[in-house]
Amino acid sequence: MNTWIAIGATALGCYAVKLAGLLVPAGLLERPRVRRFAALLPVALLAALTAQQTFADGHALVLDARAAGLAAALVALILRAPFLLVVAAAVVVTAGVRALGG
Amino acid sequence: MWQTCALSLLVFTGASQFALVGALAAGGNPLTAAAGAFFLGVRNAFYGLRLSQSLALPRAVRPFAAQWVIDETAAVSLAQTGRRAARIGFGVTGLTLYVLWNLTTLLGALGAEAIGNTDAWGLDAAGPAVFLALLAPMLKTTAERAVAGLAVVLGLGLLPVLPAGVPVLTAALAAPVVLYLEGRRRAGRTAGRVDTGEEER
Repeated sequence: MNTWIAIGATALGCYAVKLAGLLVPAGLLERPRVRRFAALLPVALLAALTAQQTFADGHALVLDARAAGLAAALVALILRAPFLLVVAAAVVVTAGVRALGG
Repeated sequence: MWQTCALSLLVFTGASQFALVGALAAGGNPLTAAAGAFFLGVRNAFYGLRLSQSLALPRAVRPFAAQWVIDETAAVSLAQTGRRAARIGFGVTGLTLYVLWNLTTLLGALGAEAIGNTDAWGLDAAGPAVFLALLAPMLKTTAERAVAGLAVVLGLGLLPVLPAGVPVLTAALAAPVVLYLEGRRRAGRTAGRVDTGEEER
């Protein structure tokens, strides 16, 4: 049930902002500061999410196979690998390290 | 499985979906999880803003077009010259992505049920890898890197002390903090001149 609440709230919120962009008069959102803020917000969220999903186990910080997977993804990104290959590299390396008992 | 598919059908903006699932899996409160996902979706409003000018859709059509306002449709439409091409680009990209996104979601949900323990396959590393891949092209300037660094420190540092899902929202504060510092530095440099804040990419 909780999950449905979260899905409903996210769906409504995300649809509302998409629609708002199409309907709101341009002046309000065109201000450089507002645009700059909107560009930086996803950077902050994505960075925090990446770090947490790699190093968090509940409320504890851990260093496990996921860190190796993320490192592999980073290497793939630096080599300009396509999106799917980046994700695949993380998955394969994580599974590999785990299979080796990491 | 129904929840996974509903998410793709109703939310249809990838980063938010992954964020929501990640927050719920970590035991987050549903509304905190939804708030994080919502903030990630805010950028779509700015795509909509630019699209509404290039597409010039009638008001009645806008509520239906809105669901397709995402990174990919914005990128394709805004790259077109002329209203007709932009509309075709938006329609074709939107339809193709919506159908494929939801089909592959269904396959993924069925596949996950078949696999069982997804951790053994290293699939829990897919989430952060997706975020990293989305994040990498955004880190163009020092300001963006500063925001990312500060957000990582906040997100990890507060993890042991705050309820699940809240540290990510707190990490979002990195954006206004860096923006404020950036504004002050610029104001310092251009002291005496009127700061219009004009410095667009």
